[in-house]
Amino acid sequence: MEDSVLNSNSNSQSNNRQTVPFNDAKIIIGLEVHVQLDTDSKLFCGCSTRFGEAANSQTCVVCTGMPGALPVINQRALELSIRTGLSLNCRIARSTKWDRKNYFYPDLPKGYQISQFDQPICGPGHLDIQTTEASGQPRRIRIERAHLEEDAGKSIHDESNDRQSSKIDLNRTGTPLLEIVTYPDIRTAAEAKAFLSELKLILNYIDVSDCNMQQGNLRCDANVNLHIPLRGQQIATPIVEIKNLNSFRAVERSITFEAQRQFEGWQENGVTIADAPKQTRGWNDHTQMTTLQREKEDSADYRYFPDPDLIAVKIEETQIKQIRSQLVQLPAILRELLVKEYNLKPDDAAVIVSQGRGVVDYFLTVADGCENSRVANNWIGQEVLRHLNESNQTIQQYPVSHQQFTELLKLVIAGTLDQTRGKEVLNAMVEHSISSEEAIKQLGIKSVDNSELVTLCETLMDENQNVVEQIRSGNEKAIGMLIGKARKKNPNANPGLVKAMLSKMITG
Amino acid sequence: MTLSALNADVIVDQLNAGDLTATDCVQHFLDRIQTHNADLNAFISVSDTALEQAETIDKRRKAGESLGCLAGLPVAVKDGICVSGQPTTAGSKMLENFSAPYDATIVERLKSAGAIVIGKTNMDEFAMGSSTENSYFGSTTNPWATDRVPGGSSGGSAACVAGRLAPVAIGSDTGGSIRQPASFCGITGLKPTYGRVSRYGLIAFASSLDQIGPMTRTAKESALLMSVIAGFDPRDSTSSKEHVSDALTSLETPLKGIRIGVCRDHLHEGLHWEVKTKINDAISVFKQLGANIEEIELPHSNSAVAAYYIIAPCEASSNLARYDGVRYSFRAQANDLEEMYRNTRGQGFGDEVKQRIILGTYALSSGYYEAYYLKASKVRRLIKQDYDEAFQKVDLILGPTTPTPAFKLGQHTQDPLAMYLADIFTVSANLAGIPAMSVPVEPSSTGLPIGLQLQGRAFEENTLLRAAHQFQNETHWHMTSPAEPWRTQS
Repeated sequence: MEDSVLNSNSNSQSNNRQTVPFNDAKIIIGLEVHVQLDTDSKLFCGCSTRFGEAANSQTCVVCTGMPGALPVINQRALELSIRTGLSLNCRIARSTKWDRKNYFYPDLPKGYQISQFDQPICGPGHLDIQTTEASGQPRRIRIERAHLEEDAGKSIHDESNDRQSSKIDLNRTGTPLLEIVTYPDIRTAAEAKAFLSELKLILNYIDVSDCNMQQGNLRCDANVNLHIPLRGQQIATPIVEIKNLNSFRAVERSITFEAQRQFEGWQENGVTIADAPKQTRGWNDHTQMTTLQREKEDSADYRYFPDPDLIAVKIEETQIKQIRSQLVQLPAILRELLVKEYNLKPDDAAVIVSQGRGVVDYFLTVADGCENSRVANNWIGQEVLRHLNESNQTIQQYPVSHQQFTELLKLVIAGTLDQTRGKEVLNAMVEHSISSEEAIKQLGIKSVDNSELVTLCETLMDENQNVVEQIRSGNEKAIGMLIGKARKKNPNANPGLVKAMLSKMITG
Repeated sequence: MTLSALNADVIVDQLNAGDLTATDCVQHFLDRIQTHNADLNAFISVSDTALEQAETIDKRRKAGESLGCLAGLPVAVKDGICVSGQPTTAGSKMLENFSAPYDATIVERLKSAGAIVIGKTNMDEFAMGSSTENSYFGSTTNPWATDRVPGGSSGGSAACVAGRLAPVAIGSDTGGSIRQPASFCGITGLKPTYGRVSRYGLIAFASSLDQIGPMTRTAKESALLMSVIAGFDPRDSTSSKEHVSDALTSLETPLKGIRIGVCRDHLHEGLHWEVKTKINDAISVFKQLGANIEEIELPHSNSAVAAYYIIAPCEASSNLARYDGVRYSFRAQANDLEEMYRNTRGQGFGDEVKQRIILGTYALSSGYYEAYYLKASKVRRLIKQDYDEAFQKVDLILGPTTPTPAFKLGQHTQDPLAMYLADIFTVSANLAGIPAMSVPVEPSSTGLPIGLQLQGRAFEENTLLRAAHQFQNETHWHMTSPAEPWRTQS
């Protein structure tokens, strides 16, 4: 074995290790993502899955593990799992079963978790992610499997008084989780984040989960180690599983930290994957470090075996076909559509698509209606998204309908409204929930005819002789000053027309 | 004839005819429990609302309301089955103070048919045992010989029916826990097809083997109870949607031409000589009824006990993990979490339960799973295949329920293997999921009951009940009751 030669701690070996730059090390990352499926009721009983209710109010004899109570599978959870699997290009099992994962924990009422061991509902698949690589090629991250399982409850530790006490809330017990496991195909912390963002977006598009990370609806564990080239061979560091990462930032930072930590550890002691068991480490948001939780050798033997209270689930081809036929267009397809058919830049397309299907539909309708996708993108990408972001609204709550928005953009495209006036009109439409027509009226905007324009220009020239001189002597930029003044005298005057008329009158 | 001598179907007829009130009926059996339970220890708890329920039934009957088919009939229920608001201990210290928060499906069905749960019967702790000696609440004794065991684990249900402390009872059977005590106590007991009766509310021992069934004096009474408790339950994923037809209507359909298989191997080694004789006598009765007796083979049946004692403990080790002291069970004093687990489970479970949890935990452990659990599962499939083949040739399989009549209290407590062999003829039906019943034949020369086992095709309980009923038309063993006061038999 390579390591038997290379991991001895002789000085020469140590010196060799010191010469390897960190950037030569390849980071090997695999993710396990727990997604809470957006079902009304729990995986094996009829209790509500609502978040934030009074402790233990969403429980029954089944999810509290009362003697004699039995689980019954929630068909909706199966359907959402299949939908997810299809969206991740997974093979859907024709027959899947339930297994018990046995371990003792106070918030695990039955003393076992119902999960899926060797026949997960979703088999191998993949997800392509956008990367910042120069080639612009997407990276394919292979998915190993996705299986359904029930969540545990929550332990709440109260250490406020002398007698420390712990309380258990079983509201979350039995809520359906889909655990999506990738192959170790991810190579950078940024890719890990990109994978999670894309996954989250897909789950959102297919209505499987709202992926609220604060509520724990999307949780992630990362398996990380390094492959380090040394004298023509690859040295692998021990694999570390970083548990319960509750934000994208935590995923990114913990992987970055862990890679560095492993590299320094290896440089110091040369310990490789052959020398040490898999470790579980926790990410601490305060210290921004991972800390050792346990080494896998001490970990429980879960004694998986088929749950005799449940029967195997047969999934018919027709059911898969039906779910497939109802699948919506996924983000990758929509991005391609926006780039190819609507001539958006890839980054602009990504921004629109990242906002969810509602914004995409809004964009498509407006772009089609005003027949100018660039303008539609500029306005929606900036004005609409800023408003939604600032007001924390969804596109469905946005006060300007796509028809009204289209009308507004038509006026802008025709030059009837310039950019600035257009934005004033939009602001009025948003603020008062009125049409563009009404807003124009309210703002006193009306078209300025040619004679008015001539009078305006003449007045400006009279009042600003010195500027006129500057322009005549070749300083063409000075015309901007006059345009600014024109706006003050008559806000309805179209700056483009003013400019054209002025330069004609001044320079002939 | 006193009330306790009457069969349930007769009691129901009298109640319907107005010849008997539910109140008098319930009072009669409560009195008998009061008088005799100290000797038999068949009940762990007696309902304090039974009389009240009886009065309600009487009022409703008087008011001319239509009532269920068991209205006013007292039923004893094994204490491993949840009855809402009643103590439900499963014979364990772990659940000594547990009051079930809900009704098991079969209890719900019995109640809506008007039956009155009169009390909860004693059992081996978590149904693990063949003598009811493993109960935290003390052994039940056999009313035929009070120095002998009633069998188990449904020993309380068997003893209370035999001793007429209740007209009928409900038991559960994981490896023979209905049939073996029925045999030891001289009553009729049916383990239905796996999935035929809902397990919802039955405190699990081994989920893939457990099945609830009736324990009664006659096959007709068992048919009556089955008409109420059998059928699909959406709350039990393993319950079957197979149609249930009323057993009562086919009880008298002649047996002429029915093919009954006998496995000769089961009538030889290790069998008590009187058991062998009485079973052969019973075979003659079936011949007279027009049955064709044929020899069959069940080549893997000698591996059944071994497979059973892997599969059942494996499932039990997981099923019993919930008794951890955190929520509803007994909780021992401790200074930290792990100590609480250790003390609670160390003190809350009895020795046999702990032994089986350890066995199951070991057999499921990584590195042993294939050699034990998986291998036992393969044997299980082979046993099922044996039956599938046998039932190509015959309609029923007949043999002894147990190798011996009831043994003495304490006789096998130090010898688990001898105890486990009491299940040698019964565990196969659980492994294969088929229905099986025990029917009393002529007792031994010393007056100990002996049971005949009939096994049938999946979902063909009615054939079993029909054969048992017509056997009982020709014999009277099921109608004999132990003499009172109870005697020892030495």
